[in-house]
Amino acid sequence: MRKLAIPAGLGILFASYFFGSEVLGNKLTQSAETAAHAALPVLTNASPEAQLAEVFARIERNQLDAAMQQAEALTQAYPNFRLGHLVKGDLLMSRVQPISDLGSPAKAPQDKLADLREEAQARINAHRSKPPTNSIPRYLVQMQPEQKFAVVVDANRSRLYLYENAGGTPKFVTDYYITQGKLGAEKSREGDKKTPVGVYQVVGNLPIQKLGDFYGSGAFPINYPNDYDKRLGRNGHGIWLHGTPSDTYSRPPKASDGCVVLSNPDLNKLAPYLQVGLTPVIITQSVEWLTKDEWQNEKKSMLDAIDSWRKDWESRDGDRYASHYSRQFNADGTDYQSWTEQKRKVNAGKNWISVGTEKLTLFRYPGKDDMMVVTFKQDYKSNNLTNVMMKRQYWLREDGRWKIIYEGAA
Amino acid sequence: MPLRRTLIALACLSLALPVYADTVQDASRSLRQGQHTQALEQIDRYLAGKPKDAQGRFLKGTILAEMGRNPEALSIFTKLSEDYPELPEPYNNLAVIYAQQKQYDKAKQSLEQAIRTHPSYATAHENLGDLYARLASQAYGKALQLDASNASAQNKLALIRDLITPTGKPGSKPASEPSKAVALPAATPVAPPTPTIIATAPATKPVEPVKAPEPVKIETKPEPKVEPKPEPKVEPKPGADVTAEVSKAIEAWASAWTRKDVKAYLARYAKDFKTPGGETRANWESERNKRINKPGKISVDVDNIKVSVDAADQATARFRQNYKSASLSSSTTKTLVLVKREGKWLIQQERVGG
Repeated sequence: MRKLAIPAGLGILFASYFFGSEVLGNKLTQSAETAAHAALPVLTNASPEAQLAEVFARIERNQLDAAMQQAEALTQAYPNFRLGHLVKGDLLMSRVQPISDLGSPAKAPQDKLADLREEAQARINAHRSKPPTNSIPRYLVQMQPEQKFAVVVDANRSRLYLYENAGGTPKFVTDYYITQGKLGAEKSREGDKKTPVGVYQVVGNLPIQKLGDFYGSGAFPINYPNDYDKRLGRNGHGIWLHGTPSDTYSRPPKASDGCVVLSNPDLNKLAPYLQVGLTPVIITQSVEWLTKDEWQNEKKSMLDAIDSWRKDWESRDGDRYASHYSRQFNADGTDYQSWTEQKRKVNAGKNWISVGTEKLTLFRYPGKDDMMVVTFKQDYKSNNLTNVMMKRQYWLREDGRWKIIYEGAA
Repeated sequence: MPLRRTLIALACLSLALPVYADTVQDASRSLRQGQHTQALEQIDRYLAGKPKDAQGRFLKGTILAEMGRNPEALSIFTKLSEDYPELPEPYNNLAVIYAQQKQYDKAKQSLEQAIRTHPSYATAHENLGDLYARLASQAYGKALQLDASNASAQNKLALIRDLITPTGKPGSKPASEPSKAVALPAATPVAPPTPTIIATAPATKPVEPVKAPEPVKIETKPEPKVEPKPEPKVEPKPGADVTAEVSKAIEAWASAWTRKDVKAYLARYAKDFKTPGGETRANWESERNKRINKPGKISVDVDNIKVSVDAADQATARFRQNYKSASLSSSTTKTLVLVKREGKWLIQQERVGG
């Protein structure tokens, strides 16, 4: 398993600002330089992030006039993109005095400046290190064919990754800058201004007419708190993916009350991929990436554990069945003891049992624990009962073995 | 190009004829005294006889600009910049008017043009610095959603005023401008203006003294010395000490500047100091006082001082001046002519460049 390499920090970038301003003596005659050298083409149709990255790239190459041109184009195309104005301000200011950091206006409100610097850092980092092409977010183990896409959010990197379910293997589609809760991730309480970490899904698509300007171009609620959150006593509600108010292109990395916020153009691009009731939204502090081989192996061990549970249930052997359940098991008040006793009684009265697990989806749960959540259509048949239901289980790996800690109707 | 330069030189030489010079200076004096209407009448009379005269046209543009008749001023300066593309002043004044009209891009282009024609033209550098700061401030305002009531916004307004103030500066010195323009091509006959800058601009070493720090105008036109000369008490010191004494005086001058001790700073100038543009000593002192007392720290340090002794009581010093203030940072070559008066080395001339 790997983490994305964090590219060299913006320190280097800012060093180049400084370097840029050191040649101040030449700065004022740059129009002459421009006249002499064919101007670099300006990116115009690119996203603001790509244009911003281009500005930084030009600063790093000390092509300050070209950087200025790109910054002009950026602020013209996206007049609400505050970061664009900040960098433009710096480029102008660097002609007057040395600049040692991004954003150097005198007497600037430091909190706003810090927000913009964080946004710059997040955007440039993400732009410069796209997910490795041969890697898969660990969480996307198995999706059912109807689930065409999955969303993975990396809170630390302020990034949302969209994956396509390409014949069972997740394939990277695109990624977007996002804003998380003011106080970060791992929500546990109503009003704690944090974004939840877990496996969720899109459960709604609120019509824009019903939303205020604050939510921008749309809102997609997710099912926080999920079964596992409830089990841990987490509360709160109204966690959405939504857009941005009209007075700004984007919000700082940490600014929401817990929602995941995208710029309106990005949300509009993402919206067609979201299927209400189907699309998984997995939010994590920091995405863990697996190579395809690692991913295959992990998937196999998880599916094997589930299949072994299924077979042991069919065996009607109470001990073998119980061996798949954790001592921590708890399903809506039923603990390990009463759950396994009840099942022993039922299984003992059967001549035969057949269990099918169809439309199985499997996600590794983000977080410190080795945990997975599996959802499937349980096709149960026995000599005296037939029952089909949607079932969800949470499995925890204890001492190297996957065990069920929660089971219930999905 | 050489042809055109010759033509300017001829045109400007003719200004030296007393009858015309008096009239231009009269108009200039009226302008400085705030008598705009009279100044305009005087310059119109002058131009009636010499309609193509660059100096007269420039002064007329400045008078009109000061009167707020921007469209007329714009057309005069535009025409002047077309007729004399190597003169920096019309570009500078165009820029000031554009800035007043909030046409910052045009203002920027004009100032850059002024600097291209005359890399050490201090006023244009200063205006350009102010303009960049103003534009930066605008961009920062958008980035940080600063509202009009906070400190940054006020700072912004001060910058505007500052940018506009220099309108008076060209107005106060047109008498010296054309002669300066003559001096320029003559002084740098081998350097075609624009290519020179292109050649040096991409250099990555931060050594170019392109930016002049302070509104020290290039001294070219000697004023009649009206100050009574103090009795020449020549100290019987050996000449070898002159270099050390002069260096010391320059360092004390830079130090007073850095401390923003205006009194000590001004005391470093001789009574017969040739003020830039020939303005009165009082005006010059008040301008310096205003500049130095602008908010924010100033740091001036000098190095590489080279002194040549011209006479027992006169020396010329060339050095690198590293200037830093809240709104400007620069490194320039500076030349001071110092004279020894009552045992003290005082500045008699000051100019940017070697």
